[in-house]
Amino acid sequence: MARKVTNTRKAVVTVIAWGIGLLIFFPILWTILMSFHAEGDAIKNPLEMLMSPWSFASYAEVQTRSNYSLHFFNSVVISVGSTILALIIAIPAAWAMAFVPGRRTKDLLMWMLSTKMMPAVGVLIPMYLGFKNIGLLDTRTGLVAVMTLINLPIVVWMLYTYFKEIPGEILEAARMDGASLRSEILYVLTPMAVPGIASTMLLNVILAWNEAFWTLQLTTHDAAPLTQFIASYSSPEGLFYAKLSAASTMAIAPILILGWFSQKQLVRGLTFGAVK
Amino acid sequence: MGKIVLKSVRKSFGEVDVIPSINLQIEDGEFVVFVGPSGCGKSTLLRLIAGLEDVTSGHIEIDGTDATDLPPAKRKLAMVFQSYALYPHMSVRKNIMFPLKMAGMEIGEATRRADAAAKVLNLTNYMERKPGQLSGGQRQRVAIGRAIVREPEAFLFDEPLSNLDAALRVNMRQEITELHQQLKTTMIYVTHDQVEAMTMADKIVVLNAGRIEQVGSPMQLYTNPANTFVAGFIGSPKMNLITGPEAAAQGATTIGIRPEHLDVVSSGGWEGIVGLSEHLGSDTFLKVETRTAGTVTVRADGDIRLRHGDAVNLLPQVGKVHKFGPDGKVMA
Repeated sequence: MARKVTNTRKAVVTVIAWGIGLLIFFPILWTILMSFHAEGDAIKNPLEMLMSPWSFASYAEVQTRSNYSLHFFNSVVISVGSTILALIIAIPAAWAMAFVPGRRTKDLLMWMLSTKMMPAVGVLIPMYLGFKNIGLLDTRTGLVAVMTLINLPIVVWMLYTYFKEIPGEILEAARMDGASLRSEILYVLTPMAVPGIASTMLLNVILAWNEAFWTLQLTTHDAAPLTQFIASYSSPEGLFYAKLSAASTMAIAPILILGWFSQKQLVRGLTFGAVK
Repeated sequence: MGKIVLKSVRKSFGEVDVIPSINLQIEDGEFVVFVGPSGCGKSTLLRLIAGLEDVTSGHIEIDGTDATDLPPAKRKLAMVFQSYALYPHMSVRKNIMFPLKMAGMEIGEATRRADAAAKVLNLTNYMERKPGQLSGGQRQRVAIGRAIVREPEAFLFDEPLSNLDAALRVNMRQEITELHQQLKTTMIYVTHDQVEAMTMADKIVVLNAGRIEQVGSPMQLYTNPANTFVAGFIGSPKMNLITGPEAAAQGATTIGIRPEHLDVVSSGGWEGIVGLSEHLGSDTFLKVETRTAGTVTVRADGDIRLRHGDAVNLLPQVGKVHKFGPDGKVMA
């Protein structure tokens, strides 16, 4: 018997869903709202703040005080660069794990995932000193390398699950058709896994864009991405809520827009294989 | 030249011997069918020949050279899979041209060959479609097209028709047979369907539990089965295998008689009662409970008027009774 969905029930569920959605989005919404008010108004109680005059002053201030375009450029280089590098390493790795698994493949995957459970701060000192010694501190190259390494386990895992969904017979057919390993991956596996690779790529760009531990520790100015740009407005001399909000809004806007346009792809990617 | 020789080929997965040891010679241009119940190792044997699985021991020779350690791509064989295994992101044309592209063939020549293959297989109007937009039979044709453009030494078919409906299966069976007559290339065809084996093969290899039970032409297997397994497996409906007093009377452990070799007579022979009668129009299959020979199937005329509960007498035709010894092998 089909489940009966009454209108009341529908309405209740809708209200709850909207409520939860707003709750999750509220901090971002409030940040955006605060960014459009003067510093003095931003710390007033919420109602008063909303009634006070709206202005772009904070944005203008942030623009003159810091170099947004440099940080934006750094963020793009670090997130996109590390994602491409991670994919180049992870596609062959995931291929091997999905299609020619050994006895230790599962253990290897679990081990890779376990590195994500390690607190990052635990390796901060060795990483920092290592970076200092080889001159990678505050360089985009260094940051790309770190981002690649920390996101690699997730990228391999996601690709592995996508590849597992591809029937092995198709790859065997490619082998019978005379494809070398390289051609098999390049012409058959990768195009078939495009939806999976695309969502992995998107997720990794978002993760790398938002990463704030290593980017704050390993950069000061030249290679500093937008996370550092936001952090520079929370100073010990006192918080400047409006400017901080303006900086935050500018930092999250690109990724928010990217996420908005790719949400279908992202959801499909993250639930891939869950429903056949 | 597509002569394939298997010498003491053994395959085991861990502790399990899937194929204990097989010796087999397949001549150039032959249409060979591997047939057997599921799990008998026929697909594994095909995959060993293809190079998709490594042999545990033994040698595989293709065209006179040892191919045991060659990768699939170097064996000059083409394979058609049960699931068709088409590349879903490529058009029909690109699917068919893929092996040529891999061989580094110049694009004009590759296109010409793909078009020629498409013409043979009636695919000309579908060249720009993706596999997802084709019916099962068309997909199967594309898979065959992809195999023929390479002009391989031999074709390997792994249960290619089992995903098709009955009517289409009969059509494709004939198309593949005609293709073999045209190309005269060695074909190895795996199936669990003995009708496909009988209708298509020059030579049938009957496999059971990784062992070859018998090799021979369809009619050889039909008229002279080497043992009770082949006797029961080849032919439809199945041969009646009878043990007990009727077998002992003929000096055998088991006697075999095909349904079409039992005549319904008015007196004498084996007495019995009709249990079930299936009228197919051209034939009638009778299940008869006999007093001395157990339940037997009889193939009678289409217009025979016998129903459930009628008494009948059955007489085996002279010279059509197969005698098997205690080991299940045919007695000389």
